[in-house]
This record gives sequence, structure tokens and C-alpha cells, in this order.
Amino acid sequence: MSIIKINNLTKIYDGSQIEVKAVNGVNLAFDQGEFTAIVGPSGSGKTTFLNLLGGLDRPTSGEVIVDDVNIWELSGRKLIDFRLNNIGFVFQSYNLIPVLTAKENVEFIMELQGTSKKERFDRTKSLLEAVGLGDRLNSRPNKLSGGQQQRVAVARALASKPKFILADEPTANLDSKSTETLLDIMEALNKEENITFIFSTHDARVMKKARRIVTMEDGKILSDKTK
Amino acid sequence: MIIIATTLGICAGIFSAAFYQGMIDQRVDKVIKTELSHLQIHEPEFRNSNEINNYIPHADELNKKISEIPGVTGVSNRIVIFSMVASAETASGVKIVGIEPDQEKMTTSLYQKIREGNYFEEQRKNQVLIGEKLAEKLRVKLNSKVVITLLDVDNNITYGAFRIVGIFNTVNNSFDEANIFVRYDDLARLINFPADACHEIAILVDNNEKVPEIKTRVEQLASGLEVMSWLDLSPEMSYMTEAMDLYLYIFIIIILLALLFGIINTMLMVVLERVKEIGMLMAVGMSRIRIFLMILLETVFLSFVGGIIGVIAGWLISRHFETRPINLAAWADAYTDLGYDPFVYTVLNWPLLINVIIMVLLTGVLASLYPAYKALQQDPSEALRTE
Repeated sequence: MSIIKINNLTKIYDGSQIEVKAVNGVNLAFDQGEFTAIVGPSGSGKTTFLNLLGGLDRPTSGEVIVDDVNIWELSGRKLIDFRLNNIGFVFQSYNLIPVLTAKENVEFIMELQGTSKKERFDRTKSLLEAVGLGDRLNSRPNKLSGGQQQRVAVARALASKPKFILADEPTANLDSKSTETLLDIMEALNKEENITFIFSTHDARVMKKARRIVTMEDGKILSDKTK
Repeated sequence: MIIIATTLGICAGIFSAAFYQGMIDQRVDKVIKTELSHLQIHEPEFRNSNEINNYIPHADELNKKISEIPGVTGVSNRIVIFSMVASAETASGVKIVGIEPDQEKMTTSLYQKIREGNYFEEQRKNQVLIGEKLAEKLRVKLNSKVVITLLDVDNNITYGAFRIVGIFNTVNNSFDEANIFVRYDDLARLINFPADACHEIAILVDNNEKVPEIKTRVEQLASGLEVMSWLDLSPEMSYMTEAMDLYLYIFIIIILLALLFGIINTMLMVVLERVKEIGMLMAVGMSRIRIFLMILLETVFLSFVGGIIGVIAGWLISRHFETRPINLAAWADAYTDLGYDPFVYTVLNWPLLINVIIMVLLTGVLASLYPAYKALQQDPSEALRTE
């Protein structure tokens, strides 16, 4: 059963001289529990595709249907709530708030959802333990390595109990050891808790772990292979 | 940056407010204690005509009754004549004030302003106190003689030679140049003034706030006479106080405008530096109103912290100069010509202080609106791509 259906999704950027089709008529579907890598060279449209899927960038045409809801038909306020409650984001450069501790960076998402203080604390603790940072709850981002910061970002993405997680080049800034650790954690969460991960990547190690690989070029799907 | 700007702005605002308030209060206090007293009684025509025969009869009895009003600390009967005083070298038009030295001591601080000589301590006849400025003008010194020429009650020209026994300096050049003081009895004898009469009764009360109430009581006792408070007698003092308040607010508004643009500039930098963070917050589902409030509260909080530090610093500095005057002696002539004391003791004006705090907080809120609006203009996907 697909949780995400993408129909004829197109995004055109109007440059001053030239029109660029960043995503060009993409049709795809994702099932619950998938561990999918979107791959392709730079400029192939991976990040734009994830932005359209995550409700961050408005498509020129086409539909993104999540649980029978076309997210691009939602009003601004509802779309923000939709992102808060259904999608977890992991960014290439972590994007943690520097003045907050690891615990607070994870917790604030639940605060936005109106979760009770106790539940917030318990869930934050268990999420940071799940990503191997149970002993770094009170560390600020500048006291954590890149790999640790990205693991906090994964915990943050999971905090709102989303339907799926979108990760844009999550390992691009990590060394091989950190990449390995992060992938193992993401894979474990995917297998044990059936969380859907969709990530864009160039990284061969990530592709090796992915069970489905969608290749993009010039905004189009070149191939879609499931291992 | 915002905290420092707000601290300096508030501190400067409070200190200048205390400085100007001190200057005004000292000026008002001086006008009351050396020139006008709180209340004055005249025969209704006297102030317009300065006619010698427009006097208050039975003044001693009235003086006694007024002295018994609670809150009245001094009552002084005066003969007031505008005439000429001449030295061996030159002459000058002056206001000759005939006083009972003991009564005047209770009403004005003239006796404390004697720089040379004494305040009618000897019992000799025809003694005069003159101001330093007038002494310079007439080129006379202590113990010099001056001749006062004037009309008596029958309009005959008369004159008397007076010895200078004291030279005063009230730190108001124009007052010192235009007023001389002699004993009541000496002046009354010279002009054949009726016994028990005077031109002016000056009244000092223990608290400026009581002036309107005591004025009403005095009016009941002095029926048919004109009773005026110091504000009626010197409306320019009231205008000056109001004008000074206005200048102070204009000054503070200029400081706040500078603060406003400073805060807007700093907060815009903060928003630009945090574009990526704001983009992330928008992406993960923080509503626009929350982002707006976040920037707004951050600015208000920073302004408030700066405001509190500024208030404490301004208060401490003003308190320091409440007992240790600010010395403006370098510009003393300019100040004394205008009647201001060159040593200024600051006075904290609490209502103004509270207004300044409120205005700073409002400035913080106002200054946050544009940066907060700019934060809302971010597109999350664009903002996340920012390096």
C-alpha cells in the first residue's frame, strides 16, 4: 500500500534567459517502510524533488498525495501543520540550533506539536539513546562532531512521529566512520520501527544500504530498481 | 550590541532628564528663596503703577495673622521703590527694597548670599546691601557710600547717603545688578512713609504643594488686596518649566530614534545571519506567527535587559550627582546671566523615568517589527540553500 503517490510532478524555474525544468513529469509511489535512495549527478533535480515532496517548494504542476491528501491543495497554515506532523527532515548541513542542547533541539519539535513535558522528555531521551547519544543530552552542537550532530538531526526528524523522513544528502559532510554509524542507525530504525526513509545521495555507501534506488537525470526518472 | 545601545540610550536619557530637572528645580528654588517667595501681597494698583502711595495699611497686623497660618514659615513686610542709586563716579536705576532684617531672614536666603561684609549686624543708620554686579558697575567697595535719590510720599525729591555694609551674590547677575536692600526704618523715615504700612508682603511656606491652599487662606485675610503666587508673579518660570519638559522629551525622542534605527539594523543583521535557521524552523513546521513572535520577543527581551541595566546605571549616576554637583564653572558667566547656578545637582524625575522605560520598550517592539517581517519573507527551500 503506497503512502506517497507522485503524479506527473513538474517544477520549472524561470531564469532570466532560459527556462529550467528541474523536475520533469515524475511519477512515483513509495510504500510504508521503504529505504529508498534518490541518486543522480549534481543538478539532476534530486533536492528539488525532495523539496516538492516535503511541501517546501511549490510544483509548477502535478500532485503529491500523502494518505489520500494532495499536499499542494492545502492552505499555507495547513501545509505547515502537515509538515510538522507527517514529515521528518534531515539536512545535509545538520541545521541544528546552535544555542540549544541536543535534548532541546529534539524536544522543540514536540513543543510545537503541543506534547506534554513528560512525554517530550521521555521521547527525547529514548530517541537520543537510539542514535547512540544518550550520554550527550546536554551538549550543544559545537561540542558534538559532525556525525553526532547529524545523529541529533535524525533524532529530531523522528521526534514528531512522522509518516516518512526526507534526508537530503545526509552523509555528504561526514567521514566514512560517521557515515557508517549513521547508516546503521537509520537502517535499524527502518527495519525495527518500519520508518520510511527517502534520501538523496551521491554516496556509494548509502546506495549500497538502500533497498530501492531511483536514478534521476535532468529532472526525469532514468531508472527505478528494487533490490 | 542591542543591550549596549539600549543601556547607553537609557542611561543618557535618564541622566540628561535628571540634569535638566536639577537645573530647573534649582532655578525655581532660587527664584522663590531669593527673589519672590511663594506668595506676595500688594495693593491692587501697586504692581502696575509702582506708585509710592499704593501701599498696604496696617501691614503688621496682617503679617501677624498670616504668620499664624499652619505651613507659613516666614512673612516679610517690604517697602519697594524704583529709583536711582549713585556712587561718586556713576549712577544706576535700581529697585530699592526696605526690609526688616529678621523678617526677611525667615523669608529669603539673602543673608546667606553675603560675600563681603555682613547682613545688617550693626545698629548704625543708613546701611545698604548691594549686589556684586552693581558694585562693579558703580565702582564701589565695602564701606563705600552711595546716594539714593527718590520721591517721598508728598512727591518731593529726597535723598539719603547709605554706607555699603554687605555685598551679596545670588548667582543671578540680573538680580544682583537691579536690587539693593536697606532697613525698613531707614527707608520709611526718608520718604515719610506711614507707620505700619508696606508695599509688599512676601510669604514663604514649608512646601510648594501647599501654595494654592495657603493662597486661599491669605486671600480671605487680605480682602481688597492682590495675592499672587510665585507662578503668577513670574509666569516665565512656568513657561520655562513647561518648555524644558518639552525639550527633554524631544531630546529623549531623538535618542530613542537613534536607538530604533540601531536596533532595526542589528536585528536585520541577526535575521540575515540566521536565514538558514529560520528556513529550517519553517521547514520543520514552525508557524509564521511563531517565527514573527520569536524575533519580536528576542528584540523586546534584549531591549528590556539593556533598559534595566540602563535604568540602574542612569539612576546610579544621577544619585551620585545628587550630592556632588556637576561643575559648570567654565561657563559660569553664561549660566549666571540667565539666572542658573553653575553647580548643578541632579534630581531624578520618577514619572519621566517611568515614561522613558515605557518608551524604550515600545521602541524595542517597534524596532522588531521590520526584522520580524523580513524573517517571514524567507522561502524555506531558498533559506535552506543559503551558505
